[in-house]
Amino acid sequence: MADPVLDVRDLHVALHTRRGVIHAVDHVSLHIDPGETLALVGESGCGKTMTALSVIGLVPKPPGVIEGGQVLLGGDDLVPKSDEEMRRLRGDRMAMVFQEPMTSLDPVFTIGAQLMETLLAHRAISRADAHAQSVAMLKRVQIPEAERRMDNYPHELSGGMRQRVMIAIALLCRPDLLIADEPTTALDVTTQAQILELLRELRGEFGMALLLITHALGVVAEMADRVAVMYAGRVVETAGVEEIFANPRHPYTKGLLASIPDLADGQERLATIPGTVPNLLHKPPGCCFWPRCPIAEARCRAQEPALAELAPGHQAACWKASA
Amino acid sequence: MLRYVLRRLALLVPMAFIISIVVFVAMRMIPVDPGELVLGPWATAEQRELARQKLGLDQSIPVQYLRYVTTAFQGDLGRSIKSGKEVTELIRATVPNSLMLGGTALALAYLIAIPLGVVAAVRQNTLVDQGAMGFALIGISIPNFWLGLLLVLVFAVNLRWLPATGSGTAAHLILPAVTLGLQYTAIVARMTRSSVLEVLRQDFVRTLHAKGLRRGRIIYMHVLKNAVIPVISLLGLHIGGVVGGAVIVETIFAWPGMGALLVNSIIARDYPIVQAVLTLLGVAVLLANLLADVLYAAADRRIKM
Amino acid sequence: MTKPTETLPDPEAPWDAEAIGAPFSPWRDFLVRFAGNKSAMVGFAIVLVLCLVAILAPWIALHPIAEQDLMVSLEPPLTEGFPLGTDQFGRDIFSRLVFGARVSLQVGGIVTLVSMLIGITVGCLAGYHGGRLDAVLSNLINLVYGFPLILVALLLVAVIGPGLEGAMIATGLVIWAGFARIVRGEVIALRNREFVMAARALGRGNVWIIVRHVLPNIIGPVLVIASFTMAVAVIIETSLSFLGLGAQPPTPSWGSMLNEGRSVIYRAWWLATFPGIAIATLVLGFNLLGDGLRDVLDPRMRT
Repeated sequence: MADPVLDVRDLHVALHTRRGVIHAVDHVSLHIDPGETLALVGESGCGKTMTALSVIGLVPKPPGVIEGGQVLLGGDDLVPKSDEEMRRLRGDRMAMVFQEPMTSLDPVFTIGAQLMETLLAHRAISRADAHAQSVAMLKRVQIPEAERRMDNYPHELSGGMRQRVMIAIALLCRPDLLIADEPTTALDVTTQAQILELLRELRGEFGMALLLITHALGVVAEMADRVAVMYAGRVVETAGVEEIFANPRHPYTKGLLASIPDLADGQERLATIPGTVPNLLHKPPGCCFWPRCPIAEARCRAQEPALAELAPGHQAACWKASA
Repeated sequence: MLRYVLRRLALLVPMAFIISIVVFVAMRMIPVDPGELVLGPWATAEQRELARQKLGLDQSIPVQYLRYVTTAFQGDLGRSIKSGKEVTELIRATVPNSLMLGGTALALAYLIAIPLGVVAAVRQNTLVDQGAMGFALIGISIPNFWLGLLLVLVFAVNLRWLPATGSGTAAHLILPAVTLGLQYTAIVARMTRSSVLEVLRQDFVRTLHAKGLRRGRIIYMHVLKNAVIPVISLLGLHIGGVVGGAVIVETIFAWPGMGALLVNSIIARDYPIVQAVLTLLGVAVLLANLLADVLYAAADRRIKM
Repeated sequence: MTKPTETLPDPEAPWDAEAIGAPFSPWRDFLVRFAGNKSAMVGFAIVLVLCLVAILAPWIALHPIAEQDLMVSLEPPLTEGFPLGTDQFGRDIFSRLVFGARVSLQVGGIVTLVSMLIGITVGCLAGYHGGRLDAVLSNLINLVYGFPLILVALLLVAVIGPGLEGAMIATGLVIWAGFARIVRGEVIALRNREFVMAARALGRGNVWIIVRHVLPNIIGPVLVIASFTMAVAVIIETSLSFLGLGAQPPTPSWGSMLNEGRSVIYRAWWLATFPGIAIATLVLGFNLLGDGLRDVLDPRMRT
């Protein structure tokens, strides 16, 4: 088996705020193989984005502190790297696409300038070459009239087009790892489908590993090879995509799956998980999920369960999962 | 773009007329008989009546206004009551001086303030930031007439480096320009700082970092360009402010500009001059606001025109 | 810690009372944040002290303001009986400064109150009414806002003649636009909020809605502007007095004191120094207070 592109080991990131320490990423381990897509799933505020930002080295510091663990990109640990070393890697060997295409591009620079500067930051090439490669990449992400779009400002493009531009910027240097943070959440349904289709194509063509952050399980089913479910800064379950849909073991995963609208059944009411995401400043003792868990028992309140292998490639952190 | 400018220009014309009417009517409300002003308190009633007729003051106010406007468009703004000199001539002599003083003050202000604001924002909450913002806070709190006196006290009276009053050389320009400019340096520095901080919080800055750009490029190309746009929109307000501030600063430094002319004429109740200068300054302020809006629109293409 | 039991935990039950927090009180919240804001507190202290000086002026001053004694003219500071020296007429600068605080604060206060009333009225009319009235009023607001205060003040002074009344009317006539701008924006934002809609659906009159629902919600921004307006009003009053067009002798305005000091600047530095310090301190106080209030009341609001 090939070495994983990304191997996150026991990563621990804390935010030291005035009101206390938030363990946003709480001893998380993940790995993605070349060409593989890992979906990181969970409600907002569960640490998905913070995990991604620590991989790419953009955790806001202060208040963020990487307290421990390793982030191996192609076997090379990123945590001890200097800012300058990380800058060289970003946009080159790893890239990120963000949720909000409307605000993720600089409004007062042209699309072309924002593409070209990425290439020029990482490659010793002429402006003419950078221009040609940028146009080619715009064509590759299926932007019509790519040549002309180079001179457009972001506000002249639709949301879907802007997200294509974001993807083009991310892929310009052919990264080994692409992180996509809710890439379709802000788009309408048709555009969502188009962008997902595009990502799938490009993943096949470029052979990169994809870390897809989402809370939409439909997207997971369509895109992912494996899934990691996060809750309150921890990975609570991880498994192959079919396994997790067919045989979820953690009650939180079960709750998430139950909240998918099943249109075929004509079922109108969604099952929702009672309660809210815990305030990470005041994490409950024991398993984080017990205040919302339908099957919690005394042990869950007192002791924190560790991830345990339940089947090959299927792990869950729940006292009652193995029972 | 052109249409936007034309539309704004079209709006300017009625506003300019409104200003001239307000000033004109206000001047007619002065409870002093101009005839007496011209001839002194010992003139006879007939002499005064004659003077009033000569000045056209026996007509109704709308008629007077129409006459004033038609002659004004022919380049005749009347004569000074006190000296008998043509108002047009008096103004023509002062305009270049005022432009030089105001221009220098604003250029100085923006050139110092924008880098200061950027540095303060980038090093937020450091000593550099606190120092710059402390300076800015003092800058907006010191009234310009006192600053002028202080500068005279230090650089003219004690150190004897610079002349206290007058004009003609570059040395004469320094104290008035600094006096006039400091307030705007302070305002623009504060504005730039908060604008940069606002831009730094925006999503696209994270994208720029994710692309692996150097910090210098992110701040001095992307953030600066975004942050400066709202600052430019203040330029019109500041030109207007400088027009007003010049009134006081020119008086302190005996700088032969329109402001000093205005104050001296108000004190002397020389109303043809007051009327002409106030109207002109008012129109200048309108033009400044227009200029700033056009600049802003040109800089920020997101504005619908 | 939670005692282990065999019953299922109630998912609704708070597992951590601290996370829910004490009942919310906007007034207490404001005071706590105000007290924790350095510029608000410093500004408030400066303004408070100078207000006390103004109120207690007759007890603080060492000499009557108009008491002239040519035997002691232009005495430097720290002369016995004259801590900050005397002017060319032998008047005590310290005493005149103390009474000058009254003039600046009175003029500033009246101007701010009047312009606040005009500004809130115009702003509410424009923002709440909308449509053509709003178009006309906001053009007027922008025109007045963009106009240099001192020019309008000079125009009025030219008409009315020199004096504090003219200065106050002049300042009040232009300075309200700052209030009107902010109030208009806030009212537009509030107009379509649920509680205003609800009141309208209940058939409440517009005036009732504005007084009951809109005004309480704009107190914050209005306070911020009021503080900055005080600063500007003080500057305008002292500027006009400095030009000899504001306070007339023997009223001791800080501005006219500086004007008198100007003529003897080569011989007596203190005349051109202490009144300026007084003005700058008072203006700084209101600016700091305004900055602080803005941070405390609405971190989004920036000028």
